[in-house]
Amino acid sequence: MSQFQAIGSIGVPSPPPIVAIPASPGYWRSVWGRLQRDPVTVAVGILLLTIFFVTAFAPLVATQDPTTGSVIGRLQPIGSAGHWLGTDETGRDMWARLAYGGRLSLLTGVAPVTISLLIGGILGITAGYAGGLVGTLIMRTMDVFYAFPSILLAIAICGMLGSGLFNSVLALALVFIPPMVRISETVTSQCRHLDFVEAARASGTTTSQIIRHHMLANVLGPILVYATSLISLSIILSAGLSFLGLGVTPPAAEWGLMLNSLRQSIYVQPYVAALPGLMIFVTSMCFNLTADGLRSAMDVRLAH
Amino acid sequence: MATEAAVDVRNLTAMFRRREGDMAAVNGATFSLARGEVMTILGESGSGKSVTLKAMMGLLPDYASITGEVRVAGRDILKLPPAALAKARGGELSMIFQEPMAALDPVYTIGEQIAETIVKHEGITYASAMQRALALLERVAIPSAARRLKNYPHEMSGGMRQRAMIALALACNPTVLLADEPTTALDVTVQIQILLLLRELQQELGMSVIFVTHDVGVAAEISDRIAVMYAGRFVETGTVREIMRHPKHPYSKGLLNSTVLGGLRGRRLETIPGSPPSLSALPRGCAFSPRCAQADVRCLTTQPDETVLGPGTIVRCFHANTAMAEAI
Repeated sequence: MSQFQAIGSIGVPSPPPIVAIPASPGYWRSVWGRLQRDPVTVAVGILLLTIFFVTAFAPLVATQDPTTGSVIGRLQPIGSAGHWLGTDETGRDMWARLAYGGRLSLLTGVAPVTISLLIGGILGITAGYAGGLVGTLIMRTMDVFYAFPSILLAIAICGMLGSGLFNSVLALALVFIPPMVRISETVTSQCRHLDFVEAARASGTTTSQIIRHHMLANVLGPILVYATSLISLSIILSAGLSFLGLGVTPPAAEWGLMLNSLRQSIYVQPYVAALPGLMIFVTSMCFNLTADGLRSAMDVRLAH
Repeated sequence: MATEAAVDVRNLTAMFRRREGDMAAVNGATFSLARGEVMTILGESGSGKSVTLKAMMGLLPDYASITGEVRVAGRDILKLPPAALAKARGGELSMIFQEPMAALDPVYTIGEQIAETIVKHEGITYASAMQRALALLERVAIPSAARRLKNYPHEMSGGMRQRAMIALALACNPTVLLADEPTTALDVTVQIQILLLLRELQQELGMSVIFVTHDVGVAAEISDRIAVMYAGRFVETGTVREIMRHPKHPYSKGLLNSTVLGGLRGRRLETIPGSPPSLSALPRGCAFSPRCAQADVRCLTTQPDETVLGPGTIVRCFHANTAMAEAI
């Protein structure tokens, strides 16, 4: 203790004793560490990465053209020569179509969520932190959008804008903004009234530092988790839009569209017809489980 | 005055504007504190003691209007521009909170939180701030400090968290420390440890401390002076000895009689009848009059002024003189 008294009025020694303090792992690195210790999340993550790489490198893994069909080779069963996953109703190779189709499906899953995460997140955090008139204005506007069921709203927007990939991404982004705003607003306003925000202010933190440093770290977890769970919904909704003819237009491959066009063949080749549905299911499931793993990894209180 | 006061609060008033009408949570608090002095604001819940501290830090929400002066080192905290205010908070003026669990950010480690504050105020490198944080944790007697530096708040016990909170508050060598019931959330054995630590640090660093509590025992333990607060006003101030031995205000007497400390063995503990008045509907006269046994017509109709009995010793009661006569 004597070293402290020697320095006079301050309680801290001026030449600090050289003690090796291992660098603090930081929040995100410790989240990463916990994610790695969760077998389900790791398995699901590997599966997701596999799907991602197969679709990204579709021209390499699938040698056949996804849009050229053959009249004589229609609706071949799984395991037939040259088409190990069979062919669809116009004789196009299912493996190639699934691989190429994944690109659009993942895009329509991730892109709307990313857009709504950015816009909705900013709006929600603003509403939650500012409160008062600003908060009310933002939240009541969102309530107007809430009045419509999400799929109906997506159909309505797509119907107005016309079909196509870009428009369906836009429509889904608009559909996801209100729930994203609501989630961000809720977690932010809960967090804002906790003592540590006041304590941070009492130790000289400015408002912008509080928002960037304390609020974001506390709020980003729940928001990100919610966003991840929306990806699966987005894939399913966009598959629904394609199914209704409002999303991606044929002959482009997309899982929802494929499911739609193979519907008529369900009695001829039930397994082939089910393949796009299976892919949608597996991918959505993977995203949901990732969200789940992320949720427990991001909560430091559950760390043990 | 030869030595300038470390804190000088003049006529501090905090009004909350509400739809149902204005509410004066603090009503003209005036006191000054020399360097190295510890003052306790003693009062029941809702008497305005925590609001006094928050008003001094400028921490109250926008709908609260604060008037008066809070001079720390000659500067009026309430009139500082935002940047200078942020610099003062956590710098010369620091605060510890009642609930260390809630007052520490759950997603950062203790070390990160302390280092962040030091970097913010002194602009030194993160690594050397971390070294300072380690020294601070050692100073507040947290065992295996190097390991604790990397703990999250939830990984520590209540007493340890409060020690960490104290380390955080002392990070930039404040001259004035505001402590808002820092021992209330802790169990009794830990309470006394924290009190002893605070007193030791206060003496060593020569800080002025304003301590808020409802616990007479804690007040007697830590402070040089006591200010008894009732319904947003100081009803009596004086040295610990004066107030503990010869309380002059009927409320102070009631407060002392209703604690186990004051009630001797074989004597019934007395209670103060009634409950504190609502701050938005204060009685016209003395705020304590509805609960006071000595209250007469004058008490019910007029607000008693402060009677200055000596330097730093005031009482706000019409019957204080007769009470003094009784005491002598």
